[in-house]
Amino acid sequence: MLPILAQAEIPDIHWLPLIPHIVMAGAAVVLLTIVSVAGRWLPGWFAAAWTVAAGLGVLATAIPVWIRVDQWGPHSTIAGSIGVDQFSVFIIGVLACTVVLTALVADGFLHRESLDGPAFYVLLMLSAAGGITMASANNLIVLFLGLEILSLAVYVLVAMHLRRAESQEAGIKYFVLGAFASAFLLYGIALVYGSTGSINLAEIENILSSNDLSDNGLLLAGMAMLLVGFGFKVAAVPFHAWTPDVYQGAPSPVVSYMAAGVKAAGFAALLRVFFGAFGPIYEEGQLADFRQVTDDWQPVVFGLAIASLAVGSMLAIVQTDVKRILAYSSISHAGFILVGVQAATDDGVASVLFYLAAYAAMAIGSFAVITVVSGPGDEGTALDNLRGLAARRPLLAAAFTVLLLSQAGIPFTAGFWAKFEVITAAVDARSFWLAVIAMLAAVVAAFLYLRIVVAMFLDAPDADAPRLRVPPGPAIAIAIVVLFTLAFGIYPEPLLKLADDAWLNLRLWAH
Amino acid sequence: MDGSMVLPVIIFLPLVGAAAIALIAPSRSMVLKPVAVATSAATGALTLWLMAAFEAGDGGFQFTQFAEWIGSAGISWHVGVDGISLFLVVLTGFLFPIAIVACDPPHDAKAYYIWMLVLETGCLGVFLALDLVLFFLFFEVVLIPMYFLIGKWGHENRKYAATKFFLFTMLGSALMLVGMLALALLTARETGGAVTFNLVELAEDAGALPTITARWIFLSFALAFAVKVPIFPVHTWLPDAHTEAPTAGSVILAGVLLKLGTYGLVRFGLYLFPEASRYFAPLLFTLGVIGILYGAVVATMQRDLKRLVAYSSVAHLGFIVLGIFSINTEGIEGGLLQMVNHGLSTGALFLLVGFIYERRHTRQISEMIGLQKAAPVLAAVFTVVMLSSVGLPGLNGFVGEFLILAGAFVAHRWWAVVAASGVILAALYLLWAYQRVFHGTPDDANRSMPDLNWQEKLVMAPLVGLIVFLGVYPKPVIERMEPAVNQLISHMEQVEGFQSPTVGDRPEGSFEELRELKAHYGEEEGH
Repeated sequence: MLPILAQAEIPDIHWLPLIPHIVMAGAAVVLLTIVSVAGRWLPGWFAAAWTVAAGLGVLATAIPVWIRVDQWGPHSTIAGSIGVDQFSVFIIGVLACTVVLTALVADGFLHRESLDGPAFYVLLMLSAAGGITMASANNLIVLFLGLEILSLAVYVLVAMHLRRAESQEAGIKYFVLGAFASAFLLYGIALVYGSTGSINLAEIENILSSNDLSDNGLLLAGMAMLLVGFGFKVAAVPFHAWTPDVYQGAPSPVVSYMAAGVKAAGFAALLRVFFGAFGPIYEEGQLADFRQVTDDWQPVVFGLAIASLAVGSMLAIVQTDVKRILAYSSISHAGFILVGVQAATDDGVASVLFYLAAYAAMAIGSFAVITVVSGPGDEGTALDNLRGLAARRPLLAAAFTVLLLSQAGIPFTAGFWAKFEVITAAVDARSFWLAVIAMLAAVVAAFLYLRIVVAMFLDAPDADAPRLRVPPGPAIAIAIVVLFTLAFGIYPEPLLKLADDAWLNLRLWAH
Repeated sequence: MDGSMVLPVIIFLPLVGAAAIALIAPSRSMVLKPVAVATSAATGALTLWLMAAFEAGDGGFQFTQFAEWIGSAGISWHVGVDGISLFLVVLTGFLFPIAIVACDPPHDAKAYYIWMLVLETGCLGVFLALDLVLFFLFFEVVLIPMYFLIGKWGHENRKYAATKFFLFTMLGSALMLVGMLALALLTARETGGAVTFNLVELAEDAGALPTITARWIFLSFALAFAVKVPIFPVHTWLPDAHTEAPTAGSVILAGVLLKLGTYGLVRFGLYLFPEASRYFAPLLFTLGVIGILYGAVVATMQRDLKRLVAYSSVAHLGFIVLGIFSINTEGIEGGLLQMVNHGLSTGALFLLVGFIYERRHTRQISEMIGLQKAAPVLAAVFTVVMLSSVGLPGLNGFVGEFLILAGAFVAHRWWAVVAASGVILAALYLLWAYQRVFHGTPDDANRSMPDLNWQEKLVMAPLVGLIVFLGVYPKPVIERMEPAVNQLISHMEQVEGFQSPTVGDRPEGSFEELRELKAHYGEEEGH
């Protein structure tokens, strides 16, 4: 061993909570090795099956972590830089499911487009590993690392469709703007470090609870920069400009991962930093009686939420491309989730988690349908391509309708309870007007989902519409998310309970 | 049958029927209609059984069933029926089989029957739910089947009408959701109890909220219901939706769906917000009176027979709103009775207009003349139904309108006088339309129009029968409604310390005493 390593102080590491991280990242690296060594002897479905297995493995290994936290309470590992709490386990679960479902959707897609399979899955798993790190980071630098791992992989995934100029263009656009946003985030981290003297989230929270830094310019600038960085990742207005172009250009399965996984990871990191480190400070069960840091960022998030809701739902109306419509709708969903963030309460965090899980299902399902409908070349994403889908593929149209109605928040779908929880949190935090605006935006958004439903059910199909083939992978994925949407629409209690339990409180183990 | 199981069976039987229809193979399409008719008829029979088994003297909720559903959020499966909802349930159970029997869809019969039955489940759920969230779920989910019924089987402008209907109604209920959550959360905060959406518990705590808060929340509820009723000026979706909907859709829309709004105003407006509904009563009954006059005047101008009937609904619903916000036994009872009457008579009118359309393929009044000669039975039925809609004594419409006007007269005399002129206007536009369509010498296009066939006669017979029966002998209905209405009034008086205006209790004494009383009352209100 090198002498310098012998001198280094190796921190005490609990390995169990790290297993999900290791499985996800390890599966990616091992897959890469296998296909480069034995690629030519492997069947075509191998990489997809491997990814599904890896995702399920992450899910399985996350369960003991959850139970352990349940018994022992939240704690941290690797010298306090990775938080082990149910909040992170919940997001890990969402990401793992996203990986499984995206792999199922991508299977048929990559075959149809004759694209290079294994690289896609490797990048997908690496990106998810980054997301897992973001969701459990307890240290701003670790969080940044996770974000970069997640983003770099997605930049490549977006540009994956080599024969489509739009895909290349989207990749460049996402990369340039994304790098810019990362720079903002990094600068924000530096400023926060400058003002508080720590990059550890729990320590920052501790410092803020004993020092009034609520009008510290350095901290305020740092928080603003962090918000810009996260706002970009979750596609909140005014940091959304990339979303429609990238969603339209990127391969459809990648979009389903971006809408579900990247958004979930982005919001997880946002909550860890803003609710965890810059969160409300309680004294004996009551909000502490001094000026809180939350008073600084809540109004900004309020503004971001309203802007996202308004821009997302209104600009979606004038689009004619389904992927662009859903891109704007994902902006409007980000606005809805920010309504839950703005509440800055435990209920708000739970509502965000529930929303993320429900939205992940709806988004993956919706983009899976588009993957199927768009046909060879991934070109047929115009609204006209969906005309008369109900006559051509009744089950597919019915499934898409369920997912769209869920996005609109119609009762007996998971989307309804997601909105219900978010609005409950907002009303409970006395943000009545924000709740009202959010619901009005939901009505405007309902119009655009109806446009798609009208095209599918009420318009006649074109006579020369190509015959649609629904490969088994996407079919299974769509069936799973539709069942999820309906089951939790009728009985949301289990998922609500999980989200409620998955609370985020750095104080519990910081001291 | 176990009493507590009957309501869930009533609610979900149509849904089971819809599922059964979904499983029928395309090659056996001839059994679609029999299954749909059988399911809705069985549901209707159950609602009749419910009416027979209903304890007439009891003003509380009967046949209640309660189960925890989403415990963490205080949401429960809680259903029950009382005198206020009973007849709306029966009306729903009665109109659906009629609408299904009367009209055959021109295409996609399977989907059509599925949506009709899903719609029935939604409507029944709304009337029977005793939990705010449960109510909201049904209230909102009703939109989907209706949207498809209008959008897929409607007339020329159907897509526009369906979307407009959906968005208007959703706009109202979006705000109601916020109001509902605010009500439950703030009430729990005031009383220190757990969050609950249980209607009965929330009503017991009505008055716990600060007055201003309760008024805001009431407004959010009232807007949602006002769109559904619809009350002027948020009625603009109604003429489009009614006109473009297929006949059965119009029947259900007018007969049942509009009642979701007026029922909501009674159940969730008056019951949960005694003070606020009294505070806003002048606004609402003024809008009701405007609706009566406006609906009547605009109906007079219509050249499309179906649109005329649609606008007459605006006027009739104005009467119901006026009755409800008189906040006394006569007014509310009249309003409730008129809900049933309007469902029968306007439902029947839409059916008749639909029958004419099927034969003549037009709804334009100017293209029809002398139909009486060609189709005497249709003309006779139309006469009875139209007169019921006008409010002729001896038919059902008269009883409801009389009670409403009596209630309104005690509460707000001059509004009642203005509203009464609406009755005259109704006579004007309906009789004039009748004259243009049925009188005169038929031209070639109208001479050969066939009369009602046996199936249509079969459909119209129970409607006409009930129209006459309720006009002559409304007692069985009123005696079941009255205890519940009285209980509602006493609930409002108890929470509020307010006395409902009735004929007997005019304050006696000199004008000075009266003025003192008023001044005292004004002070109280100021707090």
